[in-house]
Amino acid sequence: MDLTVAPNPFFWSADAVRSFYATLSDAPVARVVLGELVCSKRLPFWQDEIPLAVDSLQAGGKQVALTSLALITLRRERKLTADLLGLGLPVEVNDLSALHHIPQGVPFWVGPLVNVYNEGTLRWLARRGATRICLPPELPMASVAVLAEVAQAEGVALEVWGHGRLPLAISGRCYHARLHERAKDSCQFVCEQDPDGRDVDTLEGQRFLTVNGVQTLSQAYACMADHAVALRDMGISALRLQPQSAGFDALCADYAHLLAGDLSAQALVENLGAAHPDMQFCDGFGRDSAGATWRGHAVPV
Amino acid sequence: MPEATGNVTIPQLLTTPMRILPLWPVSMALSQLARNLLYAHPEILHRIDKYQNHHFELDITDLPFVLRLDPARAQLRAFRRGAAPASDARIAGSFAAFLAMLHGAEDGDTLYFSGALQIEGDTSAVLALRNALDDAELDLGAEIANALPFLAKPLRQSLAPLERLTGLHLTRADTTPEVY
Amino acid sequence: MELVCPAGTPAALRAAVDAGAHCIYCGFADETNARNFPGLNFSRSELAQAVGYAHARGAKVLVAINTFPTAGKETLWHSAVADAETAGADAVILADLGLLAHTAERHPDLRRHLSVQAAAANPDAINFYAQAFDVRRVVLPRVLSVEEIAAINREIDVETEVFVFGGLCVMAEGRCSLSSYATGRSPNMNGVCSPPEHVDYATEGTDSVARLGGFTIHRTPKGGVAPYPTLCKGCFTSGDKTGHVFEDAVSLDASKLVPKLAKAGVTALKIEGRQRSRAYVAQIVRAFRAVTDALEDGRDPPALALARLSEGQAATTGAYAKTWR
Repeated sequence: MDLTVAPNPFFWSADAVRSFYATLSDAPVARVVLGELVCSKRLPFWQDEIPLAVDSLQAGGKQVALTSLALITLRRERKLTADLLGLGLPVEVNDLSALHHIPQGVPFWVGPLVNVYNEGTLRWLARRGATRICLPPELPMASVAVLAEVAQAEGVALEVWGHGRLPLAISGRCYHARLHERAKDSCQFVCEQDPDGRDVDTLEGQRFLTVNGVQTLSQAYACMADHAVALRDMGISALRLQPQSAGFDALCADYAHLLAGDLSAQALVENLGAAHPDMQFCDGFGRDSAGATWRGHAVPV
Repeated sequence: MPEATGNVTIPQLLTTPMRILPLWPVSMALSQLARNLLYAHPEILHRIDKYQNHHFELDITDLPFVLRLDPARAQLRAFRRGAAPASDARIAGSFAAFLAMLHGAEDGDTLYFSGALQIEGDTSAVLALRNALDDAELDLGAEIANALPFLAKPLRQSLAPLERLTGLHLTRADTTPEVY
Repeated sequence: MELVCPAGTPAALRAAVDAGAHCIYCGFADETNARNFPGLNFSRSELAQAVGYAHARGAKVLVAINTFPTAGKETLWHSAVADAETAGADAVILADLGLLAHTAERHPDLRRHLSVQAAAANPDAINFYAQAFDVRRVVLPRVLSVEEIAAINREIDVETEVFVFGGLCVMAEGRCSLSSYATGRSPNMNGVCSPPEHVDYATEGTDSVARLGGFTIHRTPKGGVAPYPTLCKGCFTSGDKTGHVFEDAVSLDASKLVPKLAKAGVTALKIEGRQRSRAYVAQIVRAFRAVTDALEDGRDPPALALARLSEGQAATTGAYAKTWR
């Protein structure tokens, strides 16, 4: 089992993107998915960094793929998706309409925002050309086990969400703009103010969700450290780690040590807690429970 | 067609004697009604499914007592307000709101959104009961006449004028209010 | 235009047919459909009877099998498709790739509609489903403006169906795990969003509180209306802002947009609400039938007064107006 870095869902400055991927080139991860996942309006601000990042990641021995947008509606977004194919890298499909542009037989990856819930869907995608699939984070363990067997038979590498705020929903509406009382079309890119998203709590102060433009994430960071061994035994080939603005290189190193057997899940969680005292964790989906729960406990009121 | 409203109440002329009279004959008559009704409409219990063994408190706020429904045992009994044993779920609203919902003149969610109905406790059980009763297309007058034959004739004679007089949905709505 | 109306029970289906529905959609009483609520939906024999009732009166019945089959339990969904065909359903409404592939292969003559749960939001997605699985109609997600719908219709060869009334998902449908994050039950897998068994209403001091999976969704002064705790319509705090971060407690009413939707090339108008009663179904269907009839006759459609039937008793035209975003 190895590590895949998810596309960064947040809006970072070009400088922040450059230094993030430069550092990541030396990290103990096997592959990196790059590109704009959440909002096409952000792309002009950082798209020039993508070729540089591809070069430095490949120089660092990483496999690199480019993601589609999570929700494609506009004409220019469709064109953007069609153009992804000409760039010579595997495309990770995160909106099924990208398949319309991928000819039968051309290999592609499937991201966690595509609904792969069962054998029929996995087999269909495999026969259409999928070689790597990251399962939706909400999938129960029993489903993961069934799909791992099918994936092995079909020759598909299967990934599971390993770490990071869970991508829970995508919308046509921009909640960041709404919180600033702006329309999406005149958002003035307010999502850039929140490099890990903007937290949303309940009226009683329970930490709950995080908005990131048109995306809604969990406020808690999923941490599947406790489940890594079970997932490896099922035949899962990679854990997926989502970029965050601080401490990501240390986090990659810890997960790599965990997979190598040099670090216990408990020690990894303690390291994370020490480095990020404010970070709240969850692993409920891995326990067939409410996603927000952590090690069997509900979020305290 | 009566206008569906939540502010029609039962005339005091009726509620005052109910406040004084003993409740056991009421409970007996109500359970007789529940037994007949569930026997005639077996699909109700089928739809209530796993919530059959739940107890429902039906608090018709303009009656001087509350009703407690036990679907599995086909019991519908009256208790003084505050004296009923604990229930799994409670639905409260005016007689008008309950009748309008039962007779298909008003939507339960609409009554709930407007505050005419309140629910507490096990929301799933309430939904199961509401949906089961809605599907059964009951006509309470006919069910009462069926369960308590001695009431059939007076009911037949009085329901239509009473409906006009009170504005209550005393019979099943086969046509619905115009909304445009 | 065709009016596609909801039915959660056989009584609601008859009410819809009697009120003038051209088409009724319903589902089986299990996890195969996206309105898997207690006391709702159809048994196999109820569906067969309902199809008979509708067909005798010139109406069609569509069966929604629009959740995503659970790994290892696909036969439940496969038999739902087979049983819908046996009952004489005019079409099935599907969302899952694997189930679409299965249905196209094993039940080629059964008409296939693409559920809103598949969130096909652009011509490429729709053309993909049409070519891969011979889907004949697509229910468009509620993230599109009227102009975008018109543009989509110019680029596709299949029919489109759009929501005109009822509950409003603010997230792309079929791609939302908010409810399972809070409760562990997934709209995609279990067919229920904000499941009632995880709803808790409580009175605390002078407030009525509604919680979902332990998370507070609404807190209102006692005596006020505590809306059903649908997560995306909840009241939350973010920084210095407190309010409805995602959407107010409103539902969709696009009745005034029907002529524009017709011009945009839409084939069918869909009314949400399989969880609502036969009274609701009858009232809404009658109202919208007056609109489609007027349109057919070249008259101005009547203005509808439906707000009181809506959640929060307030309505929005949602994404159909571009400013909603």
